Amino acid sequence: MDLAGPINGALRRVPPWSLYIVAAVPVIWVFWAGATGRLGVEPVEAIEHRLGLWGLWLLIAGLCVTPIRRFTGVSLIRFRRAVGVTAFFYILAHMLVWLVLDVQILAQVWADILKRPYITVGMAGFLLMIPLALTSNNWSVRRLGPQAWQRLHRLTYGVALLGGLHFVMLRKGFQLEPLLYLAAILGLLALRLVPKRGRRAVPAE
Amino acid sequence: MAHRWTNDLTHDDVTPERAWLNRRQIIAAGGLAGLAATGLAPRATAAPEGLKPNTWEEITTYNNFYEFGTGKGDPAENAHMLTTSPWSITIDGLVDRPGDYSFEEVMEGMTVEERIYRFRCVEAWSMVIPWNGFELADLLDKVGVKAEARYVAFETALRPDEMPGVRFPVLDWPYVEGLRLDEARHPLTIMATGIYGRDIPNQNGAPIRLVVPWKYGFKSIKSIVRITLTEDEPPTSWNKANPREYGFYSNVNPEVDHPRWSQATERVIGSGLFARRQPTLMFNGYEEEVASLYEGMDLTENY
Repeated sequence: MDLAGPINGALRRVPPWSLYIVAAVPVIWVFWAGATGRLGVEPVEAIEHRLGLWGLWLLIAGLCVTPIRRFTGVSLIRFRRAVGVTAFFYILAHMLVWLVLDVQILAQVWADILKRPYITVGMAGFLLMIPLALTSNNWSVRRLGPQAWQRLHRLTYGVALLGGLHFVMLRKGFQLEPLLYLAAILGLLALRLVPKRGRRAVPAE
Repeated sequence: MAHRWTNDLTHDDVTPERAWLNRRQIIAAGGLAGLAATGLAPRATAAPEGLKPNTWEEITTYNNFYEFGTGKGDPAENAHMLTTSPWSITIDGLVDRPGDYSFEEVMEGMTVEERIYRFRCVEAWSMVIPWNGFELADLLDKVGVKAEARYVAFETALRPDEMPGVRFPVLDWPYVEGLRLDEARHPLTIMATGIYGRDIPNQNGAPIRLVVPWKYGFKSIKSIVRITLTEDEPPTSWNKANPREYGFYSNVNPEVDHPRWSQATERVIGSGLFARRQPTLMFNGYEEEVASLYEGMDLTENY
């Protein structure tokens, strides 16, 4: 039974920009909930951690698009840019909450970036996202050429790995949750190494 | 005996929270008759001026008690599963009167006081908590410490049926902690059985826990089932898990950073979204009382 056709048909009717509107809701909610005591007695930590986790979810979602298309035929490619750009804004918000509401002291922010490996790793991941966010538009694809653009955007692999590593490194003790995320990221990257069989090759991205 | 107390429950409405008596402590002391014997002194002894205790909600909903999960809200959600009555503590090792002491036997002759202490977590957050408890030194005297003893080891209950967090080896269960004997005997070191005059909630370490206010919170081991006097430094859970990050002493020290974050400042729980961080005090503000314990020691080496 081929479900991919009807699913792709239905997805074509969803405009990608609707994702930005949907994505704004949790961010507005999390600040509102934190400010009104709905996230417990330590709202700064709660907001910071939620935004970071959601950002990681979005990075992982972005990595899922190609394998889903390859192995099921369902194409979410039209939404991938919105997913990536949303991930960037979530991580940016995560970092700003850490900087402005949590650490607060600029000298300490610098010291943390340089001295604390998990922050160094997280910050490196964020910096790698900047060129990706800046070139997530049609003009940049044309300007760079599709192949160069695609090469540049393979940086997402590094971003996701650094994000997953950042999560593993910041927990105390031996904890399962961040390891599962890292395993998922490694698994999704490994899927890209599966050799393509036969003639029915999927068209190039 | 315990029924004598029931009539007094109506007074809760008019009695300030801080002056409440701890029901479990009174039952343990044998009802009202035992009250005089315990010499309950509800007023704080070590409450520095201007310390404003955190609210009951803050103290009881934001906890680290990994046996019930690693999330801050997990203990409040899951710790109700822990059976805290009956409870007994095995006291052994280099003591004159080793044995299994029921909670009631432990409480016999102890003076329960209110102690409003700063509480500083190694994760760089802090609270102020009005504990009810007795000095550990009194319990050590009761069981008699042999001359060779130099350390006190503590162990938390390990009950897989009641503790969903121990299914995964976040730490090497059971949780263990330790103090040097002079630290354990220090008058600031208490065994807490209450907060705000109520029985200590399970998520905070019911029915009995250690509180060492000048050390990072993880030293103040919860739900204690064993106390062992030893000659050698006992193993401690976080030190076993990551010796580079957590030392045996773990005294609050703004000048010695955790390898992954600064310990110079702390976030005060309950101060809100836009509150400033607060500078962390040497020995968590108890420098005058405890600095002499560490005279001549390199506190960067002995973190």
